[in-house]
Amino acid sequence: MDESTLNHLFIVGGVLAGLLIVAPGLIWLERRLLALWQDRYGPNRAGPFGVLIVLADTLKLFFKEDWIPPFADKAVFVMAPAIVMITVFLSFVIIPFAPGVIVANLNIGILFFLAMSSMGAYSIILGGWASNNKYALLGAMRGAAQMISYEVFMGLALMGTVLLAGSFSLVDIVEAQRGLWFVVPQFVGFVIFLIAGIAETHRLPFDIPEAESELIAGFHSEYSGMKFGMFFVGEYLGITLISSLTVCLFFGGWLGPAFLPPLVWFVLKTFAFICLFILLRASLPRPRYDQLMEFGWKILLPLTLINLMVTAGIVLMNESL
Amino acid sequence: MFSIVRSMWITFMHMFHKRETVQYPEQKNKLTTRWRGRIVLTRDPDMGERCVGCYLCAAACPVDCISLQATEDEHGRRYPEFFRINFSRCIFCGYCEEACPTYAIQLIPDFEMAEYNRQNLVYEKKDLLIDGQGKYPGYNYYKVAGLAIGGKDKGEAQNESEPVDVKSLIP
Repeated sequence: MDESTLNHLFIVGGVLAGLLIVAPGLIWLERRLLALWQDRYGPNRAGPFGVLIVLADTLKLFFKEDWIPPFADKAVFVMAPAIVMITVFLSFVIIPFAPGVIVANLNIGILFFLAMSSMGAYSIILGGWASNNKYALLGAMRGAAQMISYEVFMGLALMGTVLLAGSFSLVDIVEAQRGLWFVVPQFVGFVIFLIAGIAETHRLPFDIPEAESELIAGFHSEYSGMKFGMFFVGEYLGITLISSLTVCLFFGGWLGPAFLPPLVWFVLKTFAFICLFILLRASLPRPRYDQLMEFGWKILLPLTLINLMVTAGIVLMNESL
Repeated sequence: MFSIVRSMWITFMHMFHKRETVQYPEQKNKLTTRWRGRIVLTRDPDMGERCVGCYLCAAACPVDCISLQATEDEHGRRYPEFFRINFSRCIFCGYCEEACPTYAIQLIPDFEMAEYNRQNLVYEKKDLLIDGQGKYPGYNYYKVAGLAIGGKDKGEAQNESEPVDVKSLIP
């Protein structure tokens, strides 16, 4: 094996290992932060600051009975949680963590991400369908509707940055932000992308497919053991994915003052967004399902289209001058 | 839109508030003396059992967790032969304490009575009886009651006058 192949394998392994550490770490972080914002301590017994609660949780999930309900569609039931993991992991392929630290610099990077996140909707639908349970199916239906409709203007909101950078590749988009982060010219796009991203990872306040108080646990009501664990990890990786994408697209990715290495800048910015996600969960109530759809189609979609048109007009004007 | 940002900010500022959690095994909340916890049987100032085996507590108990058998000693003083409380049934309502005419049964501020074996939650008289007077120090039922028992005749109780001799006309 020559140098570059080895280097590439090293990057792939590093990204995979990093993500597998980040996902359970986020479980701990979320519990501690939620506790912090609710005047509690959160898990603080096992190990320093309660970090080992993650280990305990994982062990528990591994040793729990991995039960498949007799009324479930077995093959699909087993496959559904794997899909969410696979799609989220594949989406990380296009994230540039630092210059040169990227698994595959696809020239259609953003399109690949959009495709993968749409595929993620399958895991919800199939999981809910295979469970053969009315709450699960309701959750799955809501999830599908929500993800498909928010996908639309998530993609459209990104087109503004694509227009400005002139490329679908995330590396080029980050490089194009050397002068000015895209959050300034594309503020509307950023806000819409963030909202759509929350809906896409079906996190609170947009956790309509799960909605504990209405649908028990929605599409994963029937899941237990490590199959549930995969949904869980998939969700946390989804948060990481949306956060790192937001950083890449609007906050200059690895760019930052030179006193810190690029990778550290990227991790810091992503961490800030993950905290924002958790803060959203701590502070906002869940909207009603029809309100969510109305908000999406009647407000966000026209806003995105206007944003896209204005951006396109400005780019055209600058080119013609 | 503004209200969303505002509520997020308020939530964020909670980071700097005082924690509400009490770190239980290390820190403990102060329980008031009226707190209804573990049930004890108290003694009078002369270290005699206060319980007279009247069954009122057992009758008042909504979950029937108290069982006892009254008996008498050689002086005619009543006491329970056995006294058993099944704490796996007890709901700590305190009705037994209210019903008790002699302040014998009392609920004290202690709740740490967890057991690995359910059978160990059945407390016998030796587990219940304490060497103290509980919340009513100085109270001795037989000293204030008009009942004659061995060593104390009619009219010898506190604040009690001699019994009237109904067969005599002399004032």
